[in-house]
Amino acid sequence: MQTPSTAALPLGGSLPLIDPHAHFHTPFTNRVDWARYNASRLAAGDRIGVLSHVASVLGTWGHTSPTYFSSPADQSQANRWMLDFAEAQGARVRAYVAVNPNFTQHAVAEIEYAMSRGAIGIKLAAGRRADDVLLDDVAQLAAEHGVPILQHIWQHRRRDWPNQDASDGIDLARMATRHPRVTFLLAHIGGGGDWAHTFPAVVDNPNIVMDLSGSGIDRGMIDEALRWIGASRILWAADLTLCTALTKLFALDHLGASEAEIAQMRWQNAVRIFPAGAFDAALAASKSPLPISEVAQ
Amino acid sequence: MTAAIERVQGGELQPVDVNAWIGEYPFRDVPHPTPDVLIRVLEREGFSGAWVGHLPGAFHRDPVPSNRHLYAALRPYRRQLAPAPMVRPDWPKWEHQLRDAVDEGAPAIRVYPAQWGLPVPHPGLIELADACGETGVAMLVTVRFEDLRQRHPLDTAGDVSAAMLRAIARRTGAVRAGRGAVMLVVGAGKDLIEETHWGLTPDEQSRVFYDFHWIWGPPEDHFGQLVRTVGAQHLTLSSWWPLRLTQQCRALLALLPDDLSSRASAPDFHDGRSLVALARRHVDSPPVALKERGTDRVYGR
Repeated sequence: MQTPSTAALPLGGSLPLIDPHAHFHTPFTNRVDWARYNASRLAAGDRIGVLSHVASVLGTWGHTSPTYFSSPADQSQANRWMLDFAEAQGARVRAYVAVNPNFTQHAVAEIEYAMSRGAIGIKLAAGRRADDVLLDDVAQLAAEHGVPILQHIWQHRRRDWPNQDASDGIDLARMATRHPRVTFLLAHIGGGGDWAHTFPAVVDNPNIVMDLSGSGIDRGMIDEALRWIGASRILWAADLTLCTALTKLFALDHLGASEAEIAQMRWQNAVRIFPAGAFDAALAASKSPLPISEVAQ
Repeated sequence: MTAAIERVQGGELQPVDVNAWIGEYPFRDVPHPTPDVLIRVLEREGFSGAWVGHLPGAFHRDPVPSNRHLYAALRPYRRQLAPAPMVRPDWPKWEHQLRDAVDEGAPAIRVYPAQWGLPVPHPGLIELADACGETGVAMLVTVRFEDLRQRHPLDTAGDVSAAMLRAIARRTGAVRAGRGAVMLVVGAGKDLIEETHWGLTPDEQSRVFYDFHWIWGPPEDHFGQLVRTVGAQHLTLSSWWPLRLTQQCRALLALLPDDLSSRASAPDFHDGRSLVALARRHVDSPPVALKERGTDRVYGR
């Protein structure tokens, strides 16, 4: 059992840690405990050692339009709340701009607006398959702004699932082939479906990286991801369950990954795929034993 | 860190894991599911031992060969690994399966109502629960092996329902005689636990326990909520090896809210050791005496 040397150390260890897949709730959702939820996420992140949560809000989370098919009005409202929240939280929270690609003009306008306010990535959920040509304008904007696209993925979609036009690794690989200048962050290999299908589906697309988030904590999952994709294309992340994210951090020490590979997965890959300087302030505040100059690099 | 996890990490608490298996899983590869590796993992994670089932047997029709394999495979490791064999109450001579379990010193027997296609309520399950209560063996019910979203197309069993759990807990004759079985439910989430727990009388509740491997921590904080409402006295530690990462219990304990974390207020969770004591609380004579009765109804008194 890995025992931290002092109680003051973060639960997830002392090396820097960035969560590139986070969500928050807003007053516009159907949860009366939205503020408690957000506070809990931030507090747990502090205890684990998360320096920066890169987060999005998907419309009203189903309150006035479906989570994965949010109306333009709901999504604009959500993005503005997210950008305000990120501003208020400083380095601790950075924002994605989430868009519904079925409303292309709206999506384009939202991205331009959010980039002007400091968003560092684009979130695509399941309003349209990832290989749909409707997403090309979004991908083109991602290339122009030099930001990654976090794409919600169902690992091996064998049928349609309710309330979403989910994509899987094969769909995303087609999109990534069409847009080689864009980095696509394949979401939550622990988030449902058959993760074993995803690795061979995207192995030949170096512009696809993937995050470890999701409630799934199958033994063998991270091992196979390392074998197929390698640490340079894997990002630790949490999504909706910080407990399973901490479990995966604990497990990283026992999978045969080197210290350098673990550092890649914890934070260095995030620094690489997001715009330059996106995490400088957060890393500068790190309690990492590494010299700040080295951390920042 | 919470006091509970400090006590585990410091060696002050050496819990017994209530849910591990050996053997292959039919629907995907699981890395090295052998007893010698399990021993090393348990030591690393601060468990002093485990209740161990035979994973492939859950998907077989006849449980007897799997149980035989389980007993043989664990024999060199019995100081740390206790067998938790299957007893299938819709199978002829299931009493022999229970007798063998008692003879082997099993702290618990496993039932898989979903995989066996047993309806709610199945009279055999009630009768088996009675027998478990009489013999001081816990009845372990596995709600699921994997998340519903990821299951193999051939894996159509579904999850064990709260109605099934309530039916077993409510309807045993031994309950009415004050000798109800300890029932341990593994793999349940918050909703299933709440629907079961609050659908039982206090007396029935006192015999039903849940592992917390599938309960979410922050930001939903289901685990903290259940510790406050259902109570840590109904929750147990487990590893879920070899299917899931064994560190999940440690992570959940470490992320408990501050007011449940201080050493003074740290809740006391159950483990295999304490559940054995509860299961055997009504058993006056050691299990071996039952075998000498020479009857199929090994649990009879």
